[in-house]
Amino acid sequence: MSILINKNSRVVTQGITGKTGQFHTRMSREYAHGKACYVAGVNPKKAGEDFEGIPIFASVRDAKAKTGANVSVIYVPPPGAAAAIWEACEADLDLVICITEGIPVRDMIEVRDRMRKQNKKTLLVGPNCPGVITPDEIKIGIMPGHIHKKGRVGVVSRSGTLTYEAVGQLTALGYGQSSAVGIGGDPVNGLKHVDVLRLFNEDPETDAVIMIGEIGGSDEETAAEWVKANMRKPVVGFIAGVTAPPGKRMGHAGAIISGGKGTAQEKLAVMEACGIRITKNPAEMGKLLKSVLK
Amino acid sequence: MKIHEYQAKEVLRKFGVPTPRGIPCFSVDEAVQAAQSLGGKVWVVKAQIHAGGRGKGGGVKLARSADEVKTLAGQILGMQLVTHQTGAQGQKVRRLLIEEGADIRKELYVGMVVDRQTQRVCLMASSEGGMDIEEVAATHPEKIHKVFVDPATGIKDAEADEVARKLDVPEAGVPRARALLQALYRAFWECDASLAEINPMIITGDGSVVALDAKMNFDDNALFRHPEIVAMRDLDEEDPAEVEASKHDLNYIQLDGNIGCLVNGAGLAMATMDVIKLYGDSPANFLDVGGGATAEKVTEAFKIMLRNPGLKAILVNIFGGIMKCDVIATALVEAAKVVSLRVPLVVRLEGTNVELGKKILADSGLPIISAANMADAAEKVVAAAKGKR
Repeated sequence: MSILINKNSRVVTQGITGKTGQFHTRMSREYAHGKACYVAGVNPKKAGEDFEGIPIFASVRDAKAKTGANVSVIYVPPPGAAAAIWEACEADLDLVICITEGIPVRDMIEVRDRMRKQNKKTLLVGPNCPGVITPDEIKIGIMPGHIHKKGRVGVVSRSGTLTYEAVGQLTALGYGQSSAVGIGGDPVNGLKHVDVLRLFNEDPETDAVIMIGEIGGSDEETAAEWVKANMRKPVVGFIAGVTAPPGKRMGHAGAIISGGKGTAQEKLAVMEACGIRITKNPAEMGKLLKSVLK
Repeated sequence: MKIHEYQAKEVLRKFGVPTPRGIPCFSVDEAVQAAQSLGGKVWVVKAQIHAGGRGKGGGVKLARSADEVKTLAGQILGMQLVTHQTGAQGQKVRRLLIEEGADIRKELYVGMVVDRQTQRVCLMASSEGGMDIEEVAATHPEKIHKVFVDPATGIKDAEADEVARKLDVPEAGVPRARALLQALYRAFWECDASLAEINPMIITGDGSVVALDAKMNFDDNALFRHPEIVAMRDLDEEDPAEVEASKHDLNYIQLDGNIGCLVNGAGLAMATMDVIKLYGDSPANFLDVGGGATAEKVTEAFKIMLRNPGLKAILVNIFGGIMKCDVIATALVEAAKVVSLRVPLVVRLEGTNVELGKKILADSGLPIISAANMADAAEKVVAAAKGKR
């Protein structure tokens, strides 16, 4: 198994006609079962055309009806990205993965509010994330496929390249991944650490999880408390930003220590107290995971 | 993005938030004229810098005559104002706000931020206005009242009234407090603010509710739809290296260590800073080059790092995914040739086409120290920086 996505997922790409959408659709289609998985694209102005053989539809609803797509990936530029998320929710897809970086927070507040109030079943990953991969099955997003290896370690992270770093270390040590999920670095997003941990906990093909966080907010603390009460598998963790000064936004819109809250030290302390093995050395994430599996 | 107090008050006034009458000034003469045109007998001379804590730092003074306005304006304009938010070197005062004096009966605190947990705007209010609100939050959390605002409705009348009563606003003043809170929320929402703070919000002798101070920050991702807010940007208040970096689409933050960092991705960039610290030195900057590191971008990044006289070494840490290692290696070599590096350069490459990338670096003839992984890179760059001392 795996979580969120597998070789049976059928993907519609929103923003397939843009430069980024084209590039990553091509890369994702070349990965594992991608050829069968990538079934549709959306662009209201180009309905009826195709992108390298992938049919383009006027709406997500049309794409779903004609192709059976159940997952969407979004490369739509920031001003229209939240509307694209909502379109996928209205079409009742199972999952929408929003890669777009730079969406206004207000737009995200509005779309998340509507998703909650209308009880939409659609799960959201992102925005501002690398996407999700289930190695040797399907890659949805911008991560480099070749560093991954099929296996039994789950990875969940707020950051892109730091996820690759963890995956790279695992693969080098011979540990493959069940799924790797980038939840994104924005303050208002979809799935959080705790939601992904819950999925890994239920996945019979995941034995342990690496959880990577960064400064800002309290999602890692929430996840740690949940792990303490519910998780049946070992979890190891790293938090980026021990050296980050307060009041400075470190790249991600959510990565800021404000009002003395959201420091890496505080997160690491809570995680440790909740039974999560932590490292302060990002070069040792893989080794730490190895140590808990023995 | 941050703006000055006087600008925040201009924004808030447009939405109907009552503020004292005031005039921004750039010189002592303008300050005296402003006091005269405002009239009255008492004025407040307020330093305009982006940092908070201006009063405690000596940047806000009361004047009881035009002469006093002149003297105080002369003292404050041009001073290096040091507050808990500026760092020890302080921030030079280039602008003043001259305001009419206010008849303060009661000082309250009102703030708004986006709450990540509920994914709503959170209104925070406290009867302990004028104080350091972070301290109130730490010592008396029960004195901070919160409303998580439904984005579909905004702050409801009943919610605003309840907050006003919890703040002990006299019953006659409740409708005015409600109006202020709702106007503040509209300003926050419609302008895509990320923070709004009125500390203090005051109740005056005649029962008016007024924003005596105002602070607003805005969501950088939403500035594309607010040219009127972008126009208020004051580059004098920003770090020149960060301003230069932003022109080249580089995400750069100046820090006070010795080792320059050039990394792709914000999380990996922070982790790289952390690992340098772990190996006994400290980072000179945060720098995320993003996904498309061209020779031009890397060159600019090197130039910006090299402006720092304290720089002892540079660590490049790239996990090439979509960005291929051979492309970044070529960019590094070209950049290193252009800028003539005066400090050791340690490079760690990983990911797509890594062998090709390493070969390009080795064949370049440049004195680049190659590292096998993050730990090795940190160890090597810290050692190289020591050799420079």
